Amino acid sequence: MSLLHFAVLLPFLYTVFVPLFFKKLPRVHTGWFVLIVPLLLFVYFAAQFPLRSGSAPLFQSLSWIPSLGIRFDLHLDGLSMLFALIITGIGFLVIVYSIYYMSKEREALHNFYIYLLVFMGAMLGIVLSDNLMVLYVFWEATSVSSFLLIAYWFQRKRSRYGAQKAMLITVTGGFAMLLGFLMLGSAAGTFSIREIVAMKEVIVNDSLFIPAMLLVLLGAFTKSAQFPFHIWLPDAMEAPTPISAYLHSATMVKAGVYLVARMTPVFGGHMSWFWIITIIGIVTLFWGAFMAIRQFDLKALLAYSTISQLGLIMSLLGIGSLALHTNYEAQAMLFSGAILAAVFHLFNHSIFKGSLFMVVGILDHETGTRDIRKLGGLLSLMPVSFSLTIIGGLSMAGLPPFSGFLSKEMFFTGVLTAYQHIDQWVILLPIVAWLASVFTFVYCLVFVFKTFTGTYRPERLDKKPHEAPAGMLVSPIVLATLVLVIFFFPNLISYTLLEPAMRSVLPSLLQPGEVFEVDIRAWHGFNTELLMTVGIVVMGSLLYKTYKKWSDIYYNLPRKFDFNHMYDKGLTGAERLSARVTNFYMNGFLHSYLSYIFTFVIIVVGGSFLLQRALAIDPSTNAVIEWHEYLLAVSIAVSSGFVLFVNSRLTSIIGVGAVGYLVSLLFVIFRAPDLALTQLVVETITTALFLLCFYFLPKLKTEVVRIRVKVSNLIISIGVGTVFTLIGISAQSTNPFKPISHFFLNSYELSGARNMVNSILVDFRAFDTMLESVVLFTAGIGVYTLINLRKSRREKR
Amino acid sequence: MKFSDLILQTAAKVLVFIIMTFSIYILFAGHHNPGGGFIGGLITASALMLLYVAFDVETIQEIIPVDFKVIGAIGVLMALLTGIGAIVADVPFLTQVYRYVDLPLLGETGLGSALVFDLGVYLAVIGTTMTIIRSISEDM
Repeated sequence: MSLLHFAVLLPFLYTVFVPLFFKKLPRVHTGWFVLIVPLLLFVYFAAQFPLRSGSAPLFQSLSWIPSLGIRFDLHLDGLSMLFALIITGIGFLVIVYSIYYMSKEREALHNFYIYLLVFMGAMLGIVLSDNLMVLYVFWEATSVSSFLLIAYWFQRKRSRYGAQKAMLITVTGGFAMLLGFLMLGSAAGTFSIREIVAMKEVIVNDSLFIPAMLLVLLGAFTKSAQFPFHIWLPDAMEAPTPISAYLHSATMVKAGVYLVARMTPVFGGHMSWFWIITIIGIVTLFWGAFMAIRQFDLKALLAYSTISQLGLIMSLLGIGSLALHTNYEAQAMLFSGAILAAVFHLFNHSIFKGSLFMVVGILDHETGTRDIRKLGGLLSLMPVSFSLTIIGGLSMAGLPPFSGFLSKEMFFTGVLTAYQHIDQWVILLPIVAWLASVFTFVYCLVFVFKTFTGTYRPERLDKKPHEAPAGMLVSPIVLATLVLVIFFFPNLISYTLLEPAMRSVLPSLLQPGEVFEVDIRAWHGFNTELLMTVGIVVMGSLLYKTYKKWSDIYYNLPRKFDFNHMYDKGLTGAERLSARVTNFYMNGFLHSYLSYIFTFVIIVVGGSFLLQRALAIDPSTNAVIEWHEYLLAVSIAVSSGFVLFVNSRLTSIIGVGAVGYLVSLLFVIFRAPDLALTQLVVETITTALFLLCFYFLPKLKTEVVRIRVKVSNLIISIGVGTVFTLIGISAQSTNPFKPISHFFLNSYELSGARNMVNSILVDFRAFDTMLESVVLFTAGIGVYTLINLRKSRREKR
Repeated sequence: MKFSDLILQTAAKVLVFIIMTFSIYILFAGHHNPGGGFIGGLITASALMLLYVAFDVETIQEIIPVDFKVIGAIGVLMALLTGIGAIVADVPFLTQVYRYVDLPLLGETGLGSALVFDLGVYLAVIGTTMTIIRSISEDM
């Protein structure tokens, strides 16, 4: 356990105390107690900075399941550092914001902060894990915590729908990713990312290379809401706004981006990796921006804008991966600029989108609505929020003097580089990117002007709007200030944050000791990129002004291609199908269930018994059977036959009990006192239980059963009896495996116990016993719950 | 269920103590002789059940005001914690240790973490069995 491990586990450990704060100190907002976790972690990660510049990454090892090659190894390099600082830094600001956003009187704050902390720890785990399996566990943990947070207001139907959708899509992708990881692991013989990167040459030639790549990308695309899996993100906006700002714009949705960046040293340089990521990214960029314009809900608008911006980062990672391609060695440094643009835009997006989400939260809080058809003219009422929106919105649109401008220009450089060096028709890439940016500009204008200018219509608002309290404004102000500072001094982060991140995405391009040259500046002279930006402003303003004329295309979109519609159809279809399958065999008759079980036993046990040719009857080794043993066997047979023909439940209980006691006598004869004792007591207790339960059953009456059913019952019961008799005899006659019983003979030396049976139970196989107690207890609680549910339902009636 | 069988009640009062004592003997004897937590737990449960049969549920509830669900949970946790204790001591999960200790009055006695584990099983069995029986009988 190192400090780094502790940093990942701290949020998880801290969840234990959150309910205590909430219950014992209800007068102080629970958020204040939680705030310390991201603060400590941020300071811890920031303190690792001196280590970063050019030196080796921090690596901490911890064995977890060594037999499966699963080690809880953590690895803090430039890329992890960038993410860790975003996760903890924005996490801190979001919690500050949530203290003013979430009411401490009305909300279940302990749940909220527990989910949030679980998410924070899991997200840190994703970006720090060196082991693919550990990464997967944390990956799913973020999906689960995101599910819980989206469904935080679970009384609302939309919340539950959104949570389920997000869960189904991201977990399906996550599962595909697990398969991809397993393929990678089998190709490389290790789950360690560093070792896999080192073995790149072996993996590229493996037949599993392409399937593994596709599956890993499926995981990344579902998580990062890439087209066509983007549909879950707008519905995830049902979460409280601090969560949308944190999970669904700044951190969790970037996990897919992280995974692609992390896997670039392995898959990068392969043409299909480049094409898939770039095309999916650019389509997502376009579609998200296009769909954002038609939204009326401000949060939905931001959700589509997040989708679009994630597509932008994704396509940059795709273009940048060409730096590793052998055909483009000469242009490697040019392509590596796209990776720089990707990490830079990732950073920018986290800060401006975070502040925009917080402003939407403020608007929602102060006016009671997020619908832009109701909002308008808030400029004079909420001047601070307006300034924040201008900064965030124009940064998103890619205008100076905001940091988004810098990375947007670098994005254009990236797509232009791809066009110049690959093929003629790749000119589509810059064109689509430009069009998408025009739409981006339009929705930014919609966001800023439809909310703050125009006519103020107080009659449409639920509350009388006024500026938010200072505490709520602090976090967006910090983020907006960063947006401005980064524009004027981009080199504050260029060698501290961006270059190390870039280096971990493209490690093989540099000689040891070398660093990438990072020079971000606002002015490059009059080049194509600047021209494109000017074009965006002109075209965008035009489209914004004429929006009413062309908005009809949204309503003429074919419904067939609506992925939401497809998702809903698929879900109801799957539900109907599984209901039909289940109802086919779950008919409510115990008799049917028993016959399924026993038929299954005959087929599986008996079948494998025959297939293994395990049948062996060799009476020569048997001991002489004494007369009293015959007597016992006959009595057992008679009393079980007796049960079949009685017509009272009480009598049949006595018959079954007699069988049990007689069997325990057999145990006594064969000198197994432990077994005999257990059997006796179990028999006593079950008889009493039967008696209790029979109180509820109707009187036994002779049922008219069809002859066919009777015959099949007879066949099944004879079959089960035969199978187990044969297995018993064969087990006695042969010894196909080496017996392990001699090990237990040393029980006194091994565990200090003379009773071998008991030392097996509590020592040698204590794991079994422990889990059996858990099962037993769970069953008991199950009975209790079922009966009490029935009781309470009856009382309600 | 309301019984007022005088013979059964009188016998039960005496028998319960004998059965209980025996069950505790069985629990501790398990290490070297037939017995153990599972059997011990079941015998205790059967003693309690005898009480339920001889008297009625409400009376016993007053005499033994314990929540058997909690007993079961404590038992499962005890079994689990002995396992985790092994991890803390940096040996594989559920490794049991065994020592001879010279205790006052009892003299040299063998003590093992397996006993704690077995005690957990004992409580889990009692808790579960009694929870089931009680829920069913209260439902009548």
